[in-house]
Amino acid sequence: MSAAQSENGRTTTPRRAETLLYLDGVSVSFDGFKALNELSLVIDRGELRTVIGPNGAGKTTMMDVITGKTRPDEGTVIYGADTDLTRLDESAIANLGIGRKFQKPTVFENLTVFENLELAARDSRGIFRTLLAKLSGTDLARIDETLATTGLVEHRHRQAGALSHGQKQWLEIGMLLIHEPQILLLDEPVAGMTDHETEQTAQLIRRLTGKHTLVVVEHDMQFVRDLGARVTVLHEGSVLAEGSIDHVQAHPRVIEVYLGR
Amino acid sequence: MTDTPNDGAPRRSLLTPRGWAVFLAFGFALVVVLPILNRVVVTGSFTHVPDYLIPLIGKYCTYAMLALAMDLIWGYAGILSLGQGAFFALGGYCMGMYLMRQIGDRGVYKNAQLPDFMVFLNWKELPWYWHGFDMFWFAAIMVVLVPGALALIVGWLTFRSRVTGVYLSIITQAMTFALLLAFFRNNMGFGGNNGLTDFKDILGFPIQAQSTRVGLLIASAIGLGATYLICRWIVNSKLGRVLLAVRDAESRVRFLGYSVTGAKLFVFVVAAMLSGIAGALYVPQVGIINPGEFSPAASIEIALWVAVGGRGTLAGAVIGAFLVNIAKTWLTGAAPEIWLFFLGLLFIVVTLLLPRGVVGLVADQRERWRARQAARQAQAAEAAT
Ligand SMILES: Nc1ncnc2c1ncn2[C@@H]1O[C@H](COP(=O)(O)OP(=O)(O)OP(=O)(O)O)[C@@H](O)[C@H]1O
Ligand SMILES: [Mg+2]
Repeated sequence: MSAAQSENGRTTTPRRAETLLYLDGVSVSFDGFKALNELSLVIDRGELRTVIGPNGAGKTTMMDVITGKTRPDEGTVIYGADTDLTRLDESAIANLGIGRKFQKPTVFENLTVFENLELAARDSRGIFRTLLAKLSGTDLARIDETLATTGLVEHRHRQAGALSHGQKQWLEIGMLLIHEPQILLLDEPVAGMTDHETEQTAQLIRRLTGKHTLVVVEHDMQFVRDLGARVTVLHEGSVLAEGSIDHVQAHPRVIEVYLGR
Repeated sequence: MTDTPNDGAPRRSLLTPRGWAVFLAFGFALVVVLPILNRVVVTGSFTHVPDYLIPLIGKYCTYAMLALAMDLIWGYAGILSLGQGAFFALGGYCMGMYLMRQIGDRGVYKNAQLPDFMVFLNWKELPWYWHGFDMFWFAAIMVVLVPGALALIVGWLTFRSRVTGVYLSIITQAMTFALLLAFFRNNMGFGGNNGLTDFKDILGFPIQAQSTRVGLLIASAIGLGATYLICRWIVNSKLGRVLLAVRDAESRVRFLGYSVTGAKLFVFVVAAMLSGIAGALYVPQVGIINPGEFSPAASIEIALWVAVGGRGTLAGAVIGAFLVNIAKTWLTGAAPEIWLFFLGLLFIVVTLLLPRGVVGLVADQRERWRARQAARQAQAAEAAT
């Protein structure tokens, strides 16, 4: 087990961390332009991984490939032991326990925080079931737990539309968490947040590590530093460097790419 | 964990205590007070309710039911159907067919087998689709089944192919217009442009008798109350929250795994059925059903009632239906040429100045009044020190 992970309750499993997600030689091109260029990446179970890279490096496209939104031209994405995600559609991938937060917060503005979480809860989706649905104790407990994790307890009965930008982002993360996903993909979670909100988001993400595997794409260097996790630098669709934040920031190619723009 | 667990779910009894009080007071006024003031209090007395008002208020009740159904689909699910009049009219025609069959041999042509207009057209036997309508129970089932089936088909075709917004409005307008044209044709067998009229009795009661009219008012008021509670129950359920979510961010609801098509289809069919019942209660009170009820303009008016009252509130739909139709009754009597201008003006005023309708206006005023009260109290407290 690597040093970055050992602080989170996984000390009971001393064996080497198993691989949860393995991108192998993934290429995607749009009209001849290679957004991903033989990208290979390994994410361990329970790991927190940050992904940085200049605009257009292919970070969002990578998430699109993992979640089935975009099909790669070449390469495979292996999830768990032997599931090839490139053969599955979006909803099947979501049902495997892969949750994704998009850049723009999309909560239901006219519902309360509680109701947003209620709709996201893993219950029957049938029309007549929802008509007659009564909230079970376990649902309620799960919603309470999620409210606590995301720091939205005192906002439970507020309309989501009245929340701050940061709170909406947390609510959306909560709507993913209620499904207890194996792996959470967060695309620029602190974009547009105040410094204080950014700090709180870092705390939230650190709280989630260990319980979930997290892949966080971010531009905000201070935030990435706060997370203190392994960093992967993408550039022109493939991995440029990987390691601790200090390691990659000292990497000559990374400096060149970031300053050369 | 944090709070006590029963603080979790917002409690949702069907109505609040104040809601029940208003509901029961309104019901009592319609079902008990009005009939007494009409039937028991002597004519000429100051409190006597004149006979003509009874079917008029009964008619408003059926319009209010129609408005509730409209609010359910538009105010909550965001489906701006401009064809709700069609479901109302279909329910009305089903009731009209029953009432036609009740005439028996008392028509002008004294033909016990055929309604007058069929005799006039030289038809020799009853078309197959008229069979069964001599029985009230059959007609009553058709009142909900026919509009429901049409809504199921139209809704399935449109929602499944994700037709929304103005395109959906246009399709529903086309639907009601097509029915208008069809029902105008004599050979459809629904009385052509005269429609169905000259009814004699309903369930054995003479339809013109004041006691029957009072009975129909009571039935309409109960129908309105039941419709309100059904709609309230739906919007209070989890499905109601799904509907609101569909209205605000349809694709996100789909992403969460709910069937947007199914949710929309459900309320669209329920609304059509409720509209059909409203139409069936309407026809015996006005004594006629003709293709005019299918006119596209009539359906647009329904949306206006809801907009005036305030959509997404249910109570607003009822208030809007009563207000606009009282104004219509009064204006078409006092200055009929003004009505259409008034309607247009209302549309502009509501869109520009009253986006949340009368209910929203009242809520805002109350909010402002409270704020002013609080400010005054604070001032007084300051002056006292
Ligand atoms: N659907 C598409 N069609 C054409 N080009 C695309 C498409 N999606 C992405 N691209 C291109 O692929 C490249 C990589 O895009 P991507 O969104 O993955 O970058 P990113 O690393 O997320 O950048 P940013 O930091 O700006 O979010 C960009 O040059 C983009 O213009
Ligand atoms: Mg991006």
